[in-house]
Amino acid sequence: MAQGLLRFITAGSVDDGKSTLIGRLLYDSKTIFEDQLESIEQASTQRGTDGADLSLLTDGLRAEREQGITIDVAYRYFATPKRKFIIADAPGHIQYTRNMVTGASTADLAIILIDARAGLLEQTHRHSFIAHLLGIKHMVVCVNKMDLVDWDEARYNEIVDLYRSFSSRLDIPDIRFIPISALQGDNVVDRSERMAWYDGPTLLNHLEHVHVAADRNLQDCRFPVQYVVRPQTDAHRDFRGYAGRVAGGVFKVGDEVVALPSGLSSKVTSIAIGEKQVDMAFPPQSVVMTLADDIDLSRGDMLVRENNQPESVQDIDARICWLSEQPMRPGTRFELHHTSREAKAVVKEVVYKLDINTLHRVEDDLQIGMNDIARVRIRTAAPVLADDYRRNRATGSFILVDPGTRLTVAAGVIYA
Amino acid sequence: MSDYNLSHLDELEAEGMYVLREVAAQFERPAILFSGGKDSICVTHLARKAFAPARIPMPLVHIDTGHNFPETLQFRDDLVNELGVQLIVGSVQELIDRGEVTEEQGFNASRNRIQTPTLISTIEAHQFDACVGGARRDEEKARAKERFFSHRDDFSQWDPKNQRPELWDLYNGKCQPGEHFRVFPLNNWTELDIWNYILRENIAIPSLYFAHEREVIRRDGQILANSAYLNLRPDEQPEKLQVRFRTLGDLTITGAVESDADNLEKIVAEVAAARKTERGGRMDDKRSQSAMEDRKKEGYF
Repeated sequence: MAQGLLRFITAGSVDDGKSTLIGRLLYDSKTIFEDQLESIEQASTQRGTDGADLSLLTDGLRAEREQGITIDVAYRYFATPKRKFIIADAPGHIQYTRNMVTGASTADLAIILIDARAGLLEQTHRHSFIAHLLGIKHMVVCVNKMDLVDWDEARYNEIVDLYRSFSSRLDIPDIRFIPISALQGDNVVDRSERMAWYDGPTLLNHLEHVHVAADRNLQDCRFPVQYVVRPQTDAHRDFRGYAGRVAGGVFKVGDEVVALPSGLSSKVTSIAIGEKQVDMAFPPQSVVMTLADDIDLSRGDMLVRENNQPESVQDIDARICWLSEQPMRPGTRFELHHTSREAKAVVKEVVYKLDINTLHRVEDDLQIGMNDIARVRIRTAAPVLADDYRRNRATGSFILVDPGTRLTVAAGVIYA
Repeated sequence: MSDYNLSHLDELEAEGMYVLREVAAQFERPAILFSGGKDSICVTHLARKAFAPARIPMPLVHIDTGHNFPETLQFRDDLVNELGVQLIVGSVQELIDRGEVTEEQGFNASRNRIQTPTLISTIEAHQFDACVGGARRDEEKARAKERFFSHRDDFSQWDPKNQRPELWDLYNGKCQPGEHFRVFPLNNWTELDIWNYILRENIAIPSLYFAHEREVIRRDGQILANSAYLNLRPDEQPEKLQVRFRTLGDLTITGAVESDADNLEKIVAEVAAARKTERGGRMDDKRSQSAMEDRKKEGYF
């Protein structure tokens, strides 16, 4: 059965009922297996909680189970006849911002969970901003625990208005609002009978139908060369194929292409997926292309079209999220990884930090520490073939790697 | 395909191929960990597609406990021949003979846990800097957070609190000398995805996965294949049943299910309707809530 795929992130704090919501999605869509249910029922009994604590389904690590909270991104899977879903369940605490950033980077949609009693909190702003910064175009604001506010429409509307007013600054293309009770199951999978005033879709219904295919960039042809296939066997003595994942646009056999950074041009003579020849390739397909000419092309280079090229830049205006526990030391020569390229890079200037709870710029304290988000200017030793992140997530993103520890210390989005 | 839409299997396949190519590009001595089970067979199939028309540019590594189903070994050898790749076998028996590991005794003895030191020893002997495995996040709680490029320290240990953040599809495969990575291209695949893919691509798999008649014993709610490696209790009586295996571990720990699914379509239907998870039949996981997590910390797959 072939369905599409939706990746989404759930953001909320421990008390918002996020794990219960996920458990409910899995439980009501009949994805939970008998032995998993037995196992959490057993663990619930040992823990002393009443009934099957659905949040236990998503707490995998021993430490978490002991503390009862989630401390890393957990990926959960479920499917309906319409679609396959990948849930990135991210921790809500501010000290785990880096994990949320990770989960959000590949997500098409974000579920922002709000406790109907508490209303908008600091983390609501923070999570919404992170989702927006990471280029998520679809948000679903679930106003949860409606059972504890007596299913009150006025309270729901109040929260919706507050959120709309806050998010207008963020410019998010698609925001939906749904009143739910994850604990009781209202409007998660099954329609609520206790909120007749709400006539929108249930959460699952929305997740099944939200249109994300159009979020891909099908206009700007971008093919970062990832690996060169050279069989060098008798059967394929002169074969030289360029393997990679289409990052943007549609490539067709016969297309005239330009290789960057060399600027040499050629024509696409074949496109293949495995042993099968195809006429064209588009994101996110992984293919091998061959060219009419034997040009110098290797990993880190990019195939594009003549009339539509990325910016070749060495001075980059970016927003970064600092992921390392060690604060940033000015002057560090990082390795910047962008598509299949690496370049040495220094942060030339910290323009401002962002207070992600208020969205205000902080200009007096420019020390960058873990979880900080800042606008910076980066200088690279070699050109980077970049697009604005809002136009293309693959060619507008990068990571910084520390040369000593080899750890990934920052995630960055390019404003071109 | 004028609307440029992909099925979820196409997307998962594209992701898996991308990850495998990153491994070939970033590492000097990568290897594919091959158990003969459906997941590692899928990884190998993805690798075949990722590097076509060239051969897969890395060896297949099999940690042989000595307690394999004979069908698995035959399958492995046939596949290696067909693909024209190198096969490296790490032998648990050898480590036992050298006194480096001790075999478990007793009724529920298995060689599962001592695969780990054998794996570590094999990795060190060949200096692999990346080992690709078929593990999936949905298999088990401790795997739900696994990265695509999972860093292991120089003791092959996995520290769950210290895994690197993975953004977009930028995989940082840098490490210090002596350290290596485990790579999991199938992270986002579910058991059902694997079966649907095998069906779609018509991938050859060991006959054990299909329903057949076999002599088994029932123990602790599991159905185990009766073999020379199993220590029978006095009250345990073998019986002949129509069974198949959903997962392939050693003979001593892999539970069978009663089934008449003798072709791929029936297997897919059965898996789709299954009420017990795939690994629910694995006695190694039942030992404690944290069984898998503890094994990973020691350097397991």
